Amino acid sequence: MGNVSPIAVQGLNHWFGSAEARKQAIWDVNLEVARGSLTILMGPSGSGKTTLLTLMGCLREVQDGSVRLLGEELNGANEAQSVALRRRLGFIFQAHNLHESLTATENVLMGLEVHGRGNRNRQRAAAHHALELFGLGDRLDYLPANLSGGQKQRVAVARALAGNPEVVFADEPTAALDKDSGRIVVETLKALGKERGTTTIMVTHDNRILELSDRIVTLEDGRIVKDQQVSHQP
Amino acid sequence: MTWILAKLFGRLPIGWMQLSHNRSRLFAALAGVAFANVLVFVQLGILGALNGTITAPYALFRADILMSSSDANTLTDGSNIARVRGFEALGVAGVRDATPLWIGNIEWLQQNGSTSTLQTFGLDPERPEIFQPPLDETVGRLQLEGTVLIDTATRGVSSGDLAGIEQGSAYRFEANGRTLSAIGTLSMGGGFSADGTLIASDQTFLRLFPNRSAAAPNHILITVEDGIDPHVVVERLRMALPETVKIDTLLGAAEADQQYQTTERPTGIIFGFGVLIGVLVGLVIVYQILSTDVADHLSEYATFKAMGYGQPFFLGIVFEEAIILAFLGFVPGVVISALIYNGLSAATGLPVEMELSRAFSVFLGTLLACAISGAIATRRLAGADPADLF
Repeated sequence: MGNVSPIAVQGLNHWFGSAEARKQAIWDVNLEVARGSLTILMGPSGSGKTTLLTLMGCLREVQDGSVRLLGEELNGANEAQSVALRRRLGFIFQAHNLHESLTATENVLMGLEVHGRGNRNRQRAAAHHALELFGLGDRLDYLPANLSGGQKQRVAVARALAGNPEVVFADEPTAALDKDSGRIVVETLKALGKERGTTTIMVTHDNRILELSDRIVTLEDGRIVKDQQVSHQP
Repeated sequence: MTWILAKLFGRLPIGWMQLSHNRSRLFAALAGVAFANVLVFVQLGILGALNGTITAPYALFRADILMSSSDANTLTDGSNIARVRGFEALGVAGVRDATPLWIGNIEWLQQNGSTSTLQTFGLDPERPEIFQPPLDETVGRLQLEGTVLIDTATRGVSSGDLAGIEQGSAYRFEANGRTLSAIGTLSMGGGFSADGTLIASDQTFLRLFPNRSAAAPNHILITVEDGIDPHVVVERLRMALPETVKIDTLLGAAEADQQYQTTERPTGIIFGFGVLIGVLVGLVIVYQILSTDVADHLSEYATFKAMGYGQPFFLGIVFEEAIILAFLGFVPGVVISALIYNGLSAATGLPVEMELSRAFSVFLGTLLACAISGAIATRRLAGADPADLF
């Protein structure tokens, strides 16, 4: 599967609403993403970035066109296929979406348990490791209510990455983070791309991290208007 | 608790953690479930009391078969039956004995000024074996005219009045213009049509009710010979006797009476309807609790869904919550209901009692209602795209 691109979008259209109120949000989008790369989706608000992200991430039913995710066609995919695919992905949302009654460790465990009931102690250790990676080693058993916004966001990142996803979808992951934390998150994602071939698609307005990306795709009114490769100095 | 459940499920007990996270909401939910339980219990208790008072008089007798007029649906309605039917029954194979039973209500003006209605049974004191113990011993003492057995559980009776009877001092009172002497007691309690029970000999009964005839009792009680199935004898009697007579086993007659009074008489229908409403309101309360809980956690569930958790996982969470709520809500529900039963029982003299089978079926019902409500509530999650739920 190494040379098949993890995400291939062809002729994708999407509408919201029905009948008179029906409004097209995505217009004939074509996009192919290379394995292990970090792609940033940019554009003004309402340009369809998040819609495109959720369509590619199997969180929204494809209406028209083709999305091939990890080699599988999402248009017409059934619930079982979607569920199986989602387990191979990692999501980082704009809102942290942590479960309020679970501790930081338990929230991360939820990302691991979805793969099956393995050795609990090993899963717990993996969860702790992921949290420590993002500087939360002293907050392992805190409930979300007792964490700051940035800390919550970092727990959410740990949860998304703990299960070794093949593709990571991130919607404004750094919005709630300070410069350094944001940079750590993006650098981790980049490192994962290099080491494990993890592909990242990220929606962001954050100019601070643009330089770390491999490719910047700009959307306007549901269309791709600019697609540039970022060259890194060796 | 969390640890035990985690071991049990092999996963984090999300349902329990979710419920216990918000204590005030958990208590509100439990109060709701408990209230639904109390509602159903009270209605069932009243219906059960009605059923109990209907069948209690039948349980006084050790007879196998009850013979009545064909238009009699209960012990007290319908025409009288000709006494000769009893003699005719004696000619049928398998019948050991047939003894007439007279029933009537008398007003008992008590010393404290209150009046109680006593349902009075008149029977031949020569056949005390027709009664269940311990009455089979005392009924034999009613040979002397004017002697009766009186119900110590009669509604409105002052407890002191009847206390001397067991010590051998008869309690004398007046009813229907005659002086009666209570020389023994029984304990039945009131029903919906009378406040207590009185047992007299047939002679005493006929003097108390001058318009009743020795030739026309209300029912005839029949016993069969040992080792013979009463049902076989019932069939034989039905063949031998005219259609103006209704014949059934005593148990069958009690069941038919109960069936008739609970489904064809206003009181029974009203109480039955009360149970129905109680169950429906209880269902609505439980559904509200669980669907609100699902709605409140929708964005968290959506995240789980995005992470690759499928519908069985969410059903698991909701069932877990349903079982916990059903169980924790049932405990206070059944305790409060038992207290209400005591109060109702004391206030009305009706046998409103917590029965194990009733408690068990209400618990199962609660569990089922919670589980079904939860399953319906999670349906919102099944069809939706995760992206639409955040």
